[in-house]
Amino acid sequence: MNFDFSDEQKQMRDAARKFLAEKCPPKAVREVLDGKATYDKALWKGLAEMGFLGVAIPEEFGGAGAGHLELCVIAEEMGRALAPVPFSSTVYLAAEALLLAGSDAQKQKWLPKIASGDASGTLALFEGKGNPSPQAIKLSASGGTLNGVKKPVPDGAIADFAVVAARTGSTGRDADISLFLVDLKAGGVEVRSLTNIDPTHGQAELTFKNCKAEPLGAAGEGWGILTQVLDRAAVLMAFEQVGGSDRALEMGRDYALDRIAFGRPIGSFQAVKHILADMYVSATLARSNCYYGAWALSTNASELPEAAAAARISATQAFQHCSKNNMQVHGGMGFTWEFDCHMYYRRANATAVTLGSLSYWEDQLIDRMRKKNAA
Amino acid sequence: MNFDDTPQEAAFRAEAKAWIGANAPKQYEEELRKSSLGRTVLKGANILEVAKAWQKKKADAGWACLHWPKEYGGRGSSPIERVIWQQEEGPFGKLSGMFIIGHGMCGPTMMAFAGEEEKRKYLPPLASGEKVWCQLFSEPAGGSDVAGLRTRAEKQGDDWIINGQKIWTSGAHYSDYGILLTRTDPNVAKHKGLTMFFLDMKSPGVEVRPIKQASGQSDFNEVYFTDVKIPDSQRLGAVNDGWNVSLTTLMNERMSIGAGVSTGFPELFDFCNSLMLDDGPAIEDRNVRSRLANYAVKASGLKYTSMRAISALSKGDRPGPENSIGKLVAGSMVQEVAMYALDLQGAAGVLSGPEDAEIAGKFQAMLLRAPGTRVEGGTDEIMRNIIAERVLGLPGDIRVDKDVPFNKIPTKGRA
Repeated sequence: MNFDFSDEQKQMRDAARKFLAEKCPPKAVREVLDGKATYDKALWKGLAEMGFLGVAIPEEFGGAGAGHLELCVIAEEMGRALAPVPFSSTVYLAAEALLLAGSDAQKQKWLPKIASGDASGTLALFEGKGNPSPQAIKLSASGGTLNGVKKPVPDGAIADFAVVAARTGSTGRDADISLFLVDLKAGGVEVRSLTNIDPTHGQAELTFKNCKAEPLGAAGEGWGILTQVLDRAAVLMAFEQVGGSDRALEMGRDYALDRIAFGRPIGSFQAVKHILADMYVSATLARSNCYYGAWALSTNASELPEAAAAARISATQAFQHCSKNNMQVHGGMGFTWEFDCHMYYRRANATAVTLGSLSYWEDQLIDRMRKKNAA
Repeated sequence: MNFDDTPQEAAFRAEAKAWIGANAPKQYEEELRKSSLGRTVLKGANILEVAKAWQKKKADAGWACLHWPKEYGGRGSSPIERVIWQQEEGPFGKLSGMFIIGHGMCGPTMMAFAGEEEKRKYLPPLASGEKVWCQLFSEPAGGSDVAGLRTRAEKQGDDWIINGQKIWTSGAHYSDYGILLTRTDPNVAKHKGLTMFFLDMKSPGVEVRPIKQASGQSDFNEVYFTDVKIPDSQRLGAVNDGWNVSLTTLMNERMSIGAGVSTGFPELFDFCNSLMLDDGPAIEDRNVRSRLANYAVKASGLKYTSMRAISALSKGDRPGPENSIGKLVAGSMVQEVAMYALDLQGAAGVLSGPEDAEIAGKFQAMLLRAPGTRVEGGTDEIMRNIIAERVLGLPGDIRVDKDVPFNKIPTKGRA
């Protein structure tokens, strides 16, 4: 049994960590947090040069052709560094959708540009509040044009293209949904940036008015493809969340070692130690669930739906738990803009809902476990 | 990343599987599989006898205490082979319960500190289950603070005379031998005046009294020592070095990986899959699903944490500190699971008799046994301290009794 990443994959993680420590210090994240930039363009280019953007994209489409385990270790580091770039929307959602359902021409058009950092993409799925469901998709597609409104769309204001979920039927079944590919720079889409709890990652409203679009995958198969894309993205996002959890835990631990109160480091008080021990517990449970998700993702195992939901739930809980208690350990300083704690808290709570909320994934997990049980 | 055995591991697994298939007491398999926390008794059979017979059978064929050296009754196996054995032994592994302390803690301590003659005499019958050992550390005045123990050992010629009381001794009532931590010098700081021995539990002056637990069962005992004589040859380690000896014992407790801790989740999931609530199947209820999902990811998180440790063993590496979370997570989870299962039963959740209670009172038994899981082998709070100090590197608590002679430490709180 080797339920661990290989030495090469660990080296890649170290390389990513070193690169991000240099190119993406908290100061760089704050440029985007403070609204001085929409995303870190230099970092995005650097990630492309390191080969990280196309790590799981096959070589024939301009990527490194390494694989999804490699992408998992990079995702973890991106989460750890709170990288303010459209990585998750482009790589976990748009690229995965193209890889799963794109025609050869569609892949040739967009995947090399993703790998080279010349284009970013996103998935336009949600239409206001609610979780992923075919019934919630109202945006209509007919005759190759789209009409309707999507929000929130992650990194929608900076994306060059979007995979759009649209209604092409009204039978009340999953087959009513189809996917489309839209060049967002070609006209027909109005973009409005939305204020959100994590300004280091933009959210947008996209209004499609007779917008030209090409089908992505077969008509009526959109929901099936989307489910797979969300599962794959859930595993990758879970690695980001685990990276963030670990960093929040480290920040809390370091502060507890340095901060003196009542004549001793606060980390010597059991009340503080136990908070940190519990953070370690949730981060460890999440990491282990994520490893299983990584295995299922990289081998396309039939266990992927269940593994993805478990990784998603566990990592969401861990990141929320670690980021909020990191602030608690920091006391009053944790509640200042100046300290970085809130950036992790913001990211944790944003990533907790952007792929569908915790309760949605809880529901999915039980459905999937029941299916496996019945089989 | 894969879950595959190496060729050597696969060969070992096949050999173990074949032997277990041909030799395990299959008539008890179903009952052992269904047993859960607070309830592992076999109906119509004495579990101690069944357990001893299975252990002896394993020992005769060379399958006992796999990781021990052959000359002491083991097999000289690698750590990963031990894990593979546990996986294949499955429900029959539950029969090893009465040997866990002897094999996991007493044996390794003997191996590290006993003389060669003693090792060859005492270890093989411990491995084969013919002799059962217990560990006599905790005392009424020394639980989490075990170094605060008060049982005295006084030198008299070539012997030591023991007086005092131990508590929470698992299995003392059926044990043949025990390892015993005593105070040999009360005039120095508490950690510096302790000495370890092993002794025959049938020695004159040893009295074992079962403790009736809050659950109504009796797994633990009080053990009283009145002028019990132990020869100096049964001392383990140097005089007054008992604390270091005990650390070896406790370290070994944490090395047992893959033994699988009970979370109650599989039982709860099965229960919810068949339970009908007033407005439909429980498994379709939104609240039930949410609770189940939360327990599911804890249970799977523990399972895959253990897999990560096993992988490290498979590669010949030392497992990381991740496994230290197991007992802490499972202990409180099994308690919550039991409470939730009763809640789902509504007013009938109060019933615990096998005839009237849901699934024969399984969750009621679990509920009543659960508080013990959060205390035995290190309380939740001690486990959190261990994680905080040894894994995260936080400073130890300030110990006001650290440099105080033991006999000057206050013994009462409010006067």
